Amino acid sequence: MIWVTQLLNGVLLGGYYALLACGLSFMFGVMRIINLAHGDFAILSACLVFLIANTTDISPFIALVVVLPLMALIGWGLQRWMLERSLRAGMLVPLLTTFGLAIVIENGLFEYFGADTRSLAPYIGDFAYDSWAITGNVYIGYLAALIFALAVVLLGGLKLFLTYTSLGRAIRATAEDSDTAALVGINARAVYGIAAAIAVATAGLAGVFLAMRAVFTPYSGPEQLIFAFEAVVIGGIGSLSGTLVGGIVLGVAQTFGAQINPQGFLITGHVVFLVVLAGRLALTGLRGRGGIQGLLARQP
Amino acid sequence: MTLLAVEQLDARHGLLQAVRGVTFKVAAGETLALVGANGAGKTTLLRTIAGAHRPVAGRILFAGTDVTAVPAYARLRTGIALVPEGRRLFAGMTVKENLLVAGAYGRAGPWNLDTVIDAFPLLRPRINSRASNLSGGEQQATAIGRALMTNPKLLLLDEVSLGLAPIAVEALYRSLEALIAGGATIVLVEQDIARALGVATRVACMLEGRIILEGNAREMTREQVTQAYFGLQRPRRTS
Repeated sequence: MIWVTQLLNGVLLGGYYALLACGLSFMFGVMRIINLAHGDFAILSACLVFLIANTTDISPFIALVVVLPLMALIGWGLQRWMLERSLRAGMLVPLLTTFGLAIVIENGLFEYFGADTRSLAPYIGDFAYDSWAITGNVYIGYLAALIFALAVVLLGGLKLFLTYTSLGRAIRATAEDSDTAALVGINARAVYGIAAAIAVATAGLAGVFLAMRAVFTPYSGPEQLIFAFEAVVIGGIGSLSGTLVGGIVLGVAQTFGAQINPQGFLITGHVVFLVVLAGRLALTGLRGRGGIQGLLARQP
Repeated sequence: MTLLAVEQLDARHGLLQAVRGVTFKVAAGETLALVGANGAGKTTLLRTIAGAHRPVAGRILFAGTDVTAVPAYARLRTGIALVPEGRRLFAGMTVKENLLVAGAYGRAGPWNLDTVIDAFPLLRPRINSRASNLSGGEQQATAIGRALMTNPKLLLLDEVSLGLAPIAVEALYRSLEALIAGGATIVLVEQDIARALGVATRVACMLEGRIILEGNAREMTREQVTQAYFGLQRPRRTS
């Protein structure tokens, strides 16, 4: 029965990873940029919600209503004033730009909030700990179930948005061929701004739920980035449905690893990631299918 | 009434000057065929008119307005649509999505999903197929349909018959002739001189970035155009 419990926990944890990885995958799929500050945007959002909850006694869920549009605005500005300019200098420069931005965010948060470990769990009361008893020994936490459901709704909603709305189709067209997209009337600059806004807002959403279910510090961003990156690589970077699968595989691997050995939580996830990467390397080859990008990518 | 006026247009590809001092006009309802050998500058000229390529000198006036500095996405809304060489469809999207994505950003007018499918019946059974799974003729019909969905005043067609089977070219030109008969204004880049002369009201021949021969299609013989095509005739303009 303990393995069933761990499997359930792993799947639900995978929902968090999928939520976290969604924006990273989306930004790569549309703009071909790997945002190394993705985890730090999640932590920035968590800090902002913590600030609101701590100073005003407003519920973190209500604070999200203010913080998520703010994160979207930050994403739009990031694209307009940083990524757009750095992209002109080639693919490597945005990578370095977001790496530098990650350092700036981490140290900025450290300067303002200090190095203390924080959590939003005390601000949501029993919801952080309560659970449904499925059987005598199997429980599902309310918060974990909410995060999983949110991940499914968000990823599914994004997929529907991209398939059935004019803006979604414009985003897909721009992702495929921005020059031709301009010839059918699409302003690629605006589309990229919207894509970055969505990506950073979803990172912010994930960051707030991280802060509800666990603890965070100003330097938690890089670790979250690694989890997000592993989830999207396992599921196929740029693929939204793959991101959910990748998150679940990573979550299950980590919880099973922890069940085998208490020290095995992180290492098992990393091993699964490396096995998937090696498998893809063996199947596609570095040279045969478009180098590293071809190796990591799968059709959205 | 002049719809498009190109004045002393220069455009470059890096250090190569692909278009040199090109000047011509297209009246509303007219079909101008641009012919010329590979590398003559036809595609660059069309892309520059559509806004996909920035000119280094000259002006492009559309319906009396200077659109030279207007970006491609905004130029489309003034009524200029380009069917690019090689189709350039969104391969991961279906035929329907390729058409709808253009329709959402174009002008209001008679063209919509139904009228485009009526104009290109071969697309009807393929409407939900991915563009990457279409034949060359179906892809070209989708590319033209996608441009029509924007309800253009001026349609720029670049090498529409290139790489297509003869039967597909026949079907495509039947649809084009219907468009022309309906009063569409078209600038057509075509390597096949006979076909170009068959549908155009005027012909312009380009060589090394310049228009070296221009005139009424009915007054021009295929021999005259062929000679200009290969650079065997001195520059001249008729009518």
